[in-house]
Amino acid sequence: MKLELRGITKRFPGVVANDNVNLSVNTGEVLSLIGENGAGKSTLMSVLYGMYKADEGEIVIDGSPVAFNSPADAIAAGIGMVHQHFMLVPVFTVAENVVLGVEPTGKFGKLHIDEARRMVREISDKYSLDLDPDAVIEDLPVGVQQRVEIVKVLLRDAKVVVFDEPTAVLTPSEIIEFFEIVNTLVKAGRGVVFITHKLKEALHIANRIAVLRRGKVVGEADPKTATESQIAEMMVGRPVQLTVDKKLADAGASVLQVKNLTVLDADGRTHVDSVSFEVHAGEIVGIAGVQGNGQTELVEALTGLRKAAGGSISLDGNDLTHANPRERHQMGMAHIPEDRQRQGLVGGLSVAENLVLTRYHDDQFSHGVLVDWDSANTIADTLIAEYDIRTPNKETGVGTLSGGNQQKVIVARELSRDLRLTIAAQPTRGVDVGSIEYIHSRIVKERDTGTAVLIVSTELDEVMALSDRLLVMYRGKVVAELDPKKVTPMEVGLYMAGSRPDSTVQA
Amino acid sequence: MKRLFNSLGERLNKINSLKLTLLAVLSALLVGAFIIVVSDVDNLKTGNIGGAFSTVGSAYWALVVGSFGSLRAISNTINSATPLILCGVSVAIAFKAGLFNIGATGQMLAGGITALWVGFAMDGPGLIQVPLAVIAGAVGGAIFGAIPGILKARTGAHEVITTIMLNNMAAFFILWLLKTNLFQREDRTDPISKLVSVHGRLPRLFGFLDGRSDLVAHIGFIVAILAVVVYWWFLKKTTTGFEFRAYGLNADAATYAGMHVKRLTVLSMMFAGGFAGLAGAAEVLGTYGYASANFAGNIGFDAIAIALLGQSTPLGTFVAAVLFGALQAGGRQMQTNSDVPIDLIVVLRALIVMFIAAPLLIKTIWRTKNAQVTSGQTFRGWGS
Repeated sequence: MKLELRGITKRFPGVVANDNVNLSVNTGEVLSLIGENGAGKSTLMSVLYGMYKADEGEIVIDGSPVAFNSPADAIAAGIGMVHQHFMLVPVFTVAENVVLGVEPTGKFGKLHIDEARRMVREISDKYSLDLDPDAVIEDLPVGVQQRVEIVKVLLRDAKVVVFDEPTAVLTPSEIIEFFEIVNTLVKAGRGVVFITHKLKEALHIANRIAVLRRGKVVGEADPKTATESQIAEMMVGRPVQLTVDKKLADAGASVLQVKNLTVLDADGRTHVDSVSFEVHAGEIVGIAGVQGNGQTELVEALTGLRKAAGGSISLDGNDLTHANPRERHQMGMAHIPEDRQRQGLVGGLSVAENLVLTRYHDDQFSHGVLVDWDSANTIADTLIAEYDIRTPNKETGVGTLSGGNQQKVIVARELSRDLRLTIAAQPTRGVDVGSIEYIHSRIVKERDTGTAVLIVSTELDEVMALSDRLLVMYRGKVVAELDPKKVTPMEVGLYMAGSRPDSTVQA
Repeated sequence: MKRLFNSLGERLNKINSLKLTLLAVLSALLVGAFIIVVSDVDNLKTGNIGGAFSTVGSAYWALVVGSFGSLRAISNTINSATPLILCGVSVAIAFKAGLFNIGATGQMLAGGITALWVGFAMDGPGLIQVPLAVIAGAVGGAIFGAIPGILKARTGAHEVITTIMLNNMAAFFILWLLKTNLFQREDRTDPISKLVSVHGRLPRLFGFLDGRSDLVAHIGFIVAILAVVVYWWFLKKTTTGFEFRAYGLNADAATYAGMHVKRLTVLSMMFAGGFAGLAGAAEVLGTYGYASANFAGNIGFDAIAIALLGQSTPLGTFVAAVLFGALQAGGRQMQTNSDVPIDLIVVLRALIVMFIAAPLLIKTIWRTKNAQVTSGQTFRGWGS
């Protein structure tokens, strides 16, 4: 089967999300669709999957145009999609999830669960997916859940499978397994569309790479010959520095001391398990780890958003284990949260209002019960210029800015005061390559002024590039302290996956 | 991409929300006209379609005349609008903080009865007694309003449930109070309160005109306007107002920013109760001069529609409340002049709310291009 998108144009009020996009994918090959957030990847795939109707252009299968009015039409035409966020019922078994919507039934609609089990086993064996049909979804690791999604798609007989950012939630070893599955699919004559913003992965797995920028296909790249920086330049439209430029750290006195910190969730499960570490003035400590290994809870405990169940946290020798977020803020702690939409910003408020979101009560911005909006607006103008925040004006709703500019608003707000400690969680998640470069340079600059910096990121490349010292978290524990200059990503990846390589690189 | 789409929608929203609101009102009037025509049996029986349409004209004209056509009409509109404005602000300020105050009725009862008690228990000079009684009304409402706030902050109990329950509790409590010797009028056996002395009542707005005892509007209207101004000032200028807005739009971000969200939950319900309490005071001390068991009527619920219609903004809430007040005042004239029953007003209000709540419907009917679909609802869902 040959699937083609011809001249697809999709407009939303005031913006052209896809502009005359031409793409094709054959069965038996992997096409990687690469582009920054907001480049139009998701819109394009929604058009392909029948969720949006294109304003212009057509979808062509084996030379004949087709019209999709719903995902059901797309599925019937042999297109399958594995979403970034899985569409699984957590309390159902693998078999029940897989047949959901296409249940094999008998008289009076009785569910033939044995038949479902058999179907799962058959597909699982054929593609060596190693799935137990009776396992309950919520007990399975993310990588296995993704395989369940793949079985769902295969059961519906997809000829072309679209994966939307499939590696974002996987460990390095799961990523390797995932690539093996993709290869099996291709060998079995399926086509794969692999959406990503990770250049390395696209180069590794794809037969062809299509780069999308501002809704247009700006070019195709051959993974055999193209380099990362070439593709990055195509994505951004200008040369981009992919490495972080920094001097050796000049670490000073210990600023943050964490001792035996334990953090539980509401159900009493341990997320951070007796973790101890220090961060010194003028150094960047990175915490690497696969998403969901306690980093989020660690950051929440450090910033006062979650109670510590045990252990202590102190800043410059002052105990703040039980201090609330505002007290910590006033002691010179900055927090760039991992989810800017959910935590870092109030989308409905203006850029200026968001720039004082954590500071409106400071003497600088308030008189008694009143906010000093003049002063807030003045600083907003300064910060917008200084941090190169691209916004029509400071009254613009912050929700209308691009991800990179939203993140710059947070970085500007958090770093534009005297700090002792900066905690940055996923500081560049979903941010365009150009802004990543800028945010990284800002963080390094903050370090150079003598602030202690703690970076938590699931992007291994990012923590390795930024950190002066690297900690690895696995299942709530810090399992390794490494010198990022002396280890390879592969070695760190092994620690992230919970195994202990016999190596002498431990710092 | 989806984010970009949403955010663009936000920008368009500001322009479109006014348009959608006006179209919703217009649509309601059109549907109302249709209802008048099909229920005008006399004309339809004789095949007099023109006559049926002229009934629509005379009904709507009576609506205008009855609400704004004379000083008396304006006074009636003001009188109806006063508690609606205050309760509208009550619901709106809670919306701003992300809470759904269905308890304006109960808060109004609590505020009204407190104001009444101060009103007849004290016998001081009006200049001191009246403001004191009004303030007592606000305090009574605020204390009663704080209860669901505290329940939510402490236990997570949803304010929709608790405020509805508290409405009933307030209603029965008032019923009992009005039967006690403290409140019940001496010569009565039904639940009705003593009268507030003349100088304890809110002065008439048009009291300076001699011999116009038919102009019932009272100073409560000025209190309502002041409340709207205070509401605006609070939202725009104060740190707590900023916290309300941030909390209402994104509770997680407010927590992250170090705001004390439990305090905000209690405060917002307290303020909401305070404004509704003022409405109760205005009704008891201004309109009636006494309290009956049901002096809050349906005002607390109309206020929800008003806050939605006005998108919870100070000016929007005010205008929406005046519109509802005008419909109520004009409705009586309409019933007299054109034989269209006043129930049509209830239908019109319901239609307005329905069209506001269903912007997609308005979009389809009027084929507005590119209007982002958002409901006027600004409170958080059940999950939070």
